[in-house]
Amino acid sequence: MNGGSASVQAHLMRRARWGNAEIAFWILLVLLIFALPSRALLINEILIAGLFAMSLDLILGYAGILSLGHAAFFGTGAYGAAILASRGVSDPLVGLVLASLMAGLLGLATAPLVLRGADLTRLMVTLGICLMLGELANRNAWVTGGADGLNLEFTPILHLFPIGFTGQRNAALYSLTVLFAAFALARRIVQSPFGLSLRALRENRLRAGALGISAPRRLIAIYAIAATFAGAAGALVAQTTQVVSLDVFDFHRSADVLLMLIIGGTGFLYGGIIGAALFIAIKDSLSTVTPEYWEFWIGLLLIALVLAGRERIGAGIARLLSRRGHRGAT
Amino acid sequence: MLTILLDGIAYGMLLFVLACGLSVTLGLMNFVNLAHGAFAMAGGYVTAILMNRWGVPFLATLPAAFVAPALVGIALERTLYRRLYGASPLDQVLFTIGLVFMAMPVANYFLGDQPQQVHLPPFLQGRLEWAGVGIGIYRLFIILVCGAIAAALQTFLVGTRFGAQLRAAVDDARVASGLGIDVDRLFAITFAIGCGLAGLGGALAADVVGGIDPTFPVKFMVSFLIVVTVGGSRGIIGALLGALLLGILDVAGKYYVPSIGAFIIYAVMVAALLARPQGLFAGRGGR
Repeated sequence: MNGGSASVQAHLMRRARWGNAEIAFWILLVLLIFALPSRALLINEILIAGLFAMSLDLILGYAGILSLGHAAFFGTGAYGAAILASRGVSDPLVGLVLASLMAGLLGLATAPLVLRGADLTRLMVTLGICLMLGELANRNAWVTGGADGLNLEFTPILHLFPIGFTGQRNAALYSLTVLFAAFALARRIVQSPFGLSLRALRENRLRAGALGISAPRRLIAIYAIAATFAGAAGALVAQTTQVVSLDVFDFHRSADVLLMLIIGGTGFLYGGIIGAALFIAIKDSLSTVTPEYWEFWIGLLLIALVLAGRERIGAGIARLLSRRGHRGAT
Repeated sequence: MLTILLDGIAYGMLLFVLACGLSVTLGLMNFVNLAHGAFAMAGGYVTAILMNRWGVPFLATLPAAFVAPALVGIALERTLYRRLYGASPLDQVLFTIGLVFMAMPVANYFLGDQPQQVHLPPFLQGRLEWAGVGIGIYRLFIILVCGAIAAALQTFLVGTRFGAQLRAAVDDARVASGLGIDVDRLFAITFAIGCGLAGLGGALAADVVGGIDPTFPVKFMVSFLIVVTVGGSRGIIGALLGALLLGILDVAGKYYVPSIGAFIIYAVMVAALLARPQGLFAGRGGR
């Protein structure tokens, strides 16, 4: 018994070690921001979308919950940060933390609703909650600015680094720091025994239950955590673009983030970031060629991806990455 | 008061025709088809183009608005959709979102992003007043046409051999094919009829929603999904009641409490899903 738990622990420790490929990945991101100052705006967008997609990966890839309304938390974070700023809390770090917590609380409150029913019901409930929030933001113009949105002013981070149009590189570095912190936390979570138990639930809830793993509490916990990260992504968007409007609750947001995650592959955290980079790069290059019709090609890619077997491609990428990581570690 | 009720009924009837195809694919065949609105858009465009470019009278365009999307539907079903019948909901969602993403730029490319208006013939314009209750003639027309369609569908499903076979195939596709029913063909025809009805609904709705434009599939996707989920997965009656409930609530809500707008129907949907995950009007053992 004792030896068994020790070997489990050793296994978890081994998996938790950062591989060289992973370290190189993050260093590359930092270098990229300094190497391409003119594209800082785009890189910032990718980093934030990466954080958003990673939060969806926590519930879709690790817990197996299908959501079409993940933008609910993104939007709550964005409006949370914006409303705090318009009410005089102009320090971005305080705003970020508070806005993320708001989104997390919303996740905690809605999780029991989402976890009822089968996949289809879940799709509808998540979508419905997101639409309701969007409509609420639309109708309560006295606090959200309604269809006009809000323009924001922030003090520089730590009173040293201004973000926004004059400090786009600072903004990208700020997003990268938040993304890295959230990623490290998420990585710790999915490699903890709690993370393993989530995977067990995803694979076979009946058997996991027989092993004494209770589903509802764990799923609610991971849903709230993912909501917090999505809220952080929303807050980052509001703070670095200094504007927030109703489109943060748009169905497009939820659909796009799902696409990013699918393109990058589910269930290994980096998928969200890689997918976000690919998606935004594709979108950016397509929309310079065909500004109105880029969606067509994204749709085509998506259909091809599904028909070719999404899991096969994703598993291939994951295998490639983990093999490299292991080789680096030994 | 009664006027609002009648308007709500007309809107609900319209929603029913738009969504009943979806209630078959989603509710009966268990296929999450988010691209349903694209077929409705196609029907609306067929009517608008036939009327505006070739001067075909409104009523004469309606059959075309049914047939064209049905043909597109059957082509897509045979080539693409049928591969995904057994796939996970996630794959179906991704695939159909992909279709929507493709349909919107295609419509934009060929027809522009301005809404295409459908101009009603004179005999469908104007209002009727009767005992203090006023209703637009076109609204009345919609109620009659859609009511007829609902009745026809119900008798078709319950009373004909095809309907019986369909119900059997839905209950258990393997046993049904074991009994010699060509399930593949059955599903293809059903899918095509659903797409056709969506197209017809799109054509009828064009005037009410202020013209058809390329964002139609996304704008109304949510309404369709609400109808189907609230109405439940079993049969035409559930979808009809769901659509009527939604139509009346939406129209009445926008009239009496405009400050909260569409919030009501979303709240009703979430509440309904939580109280009855199988749908409000689901009879015995839904899914």
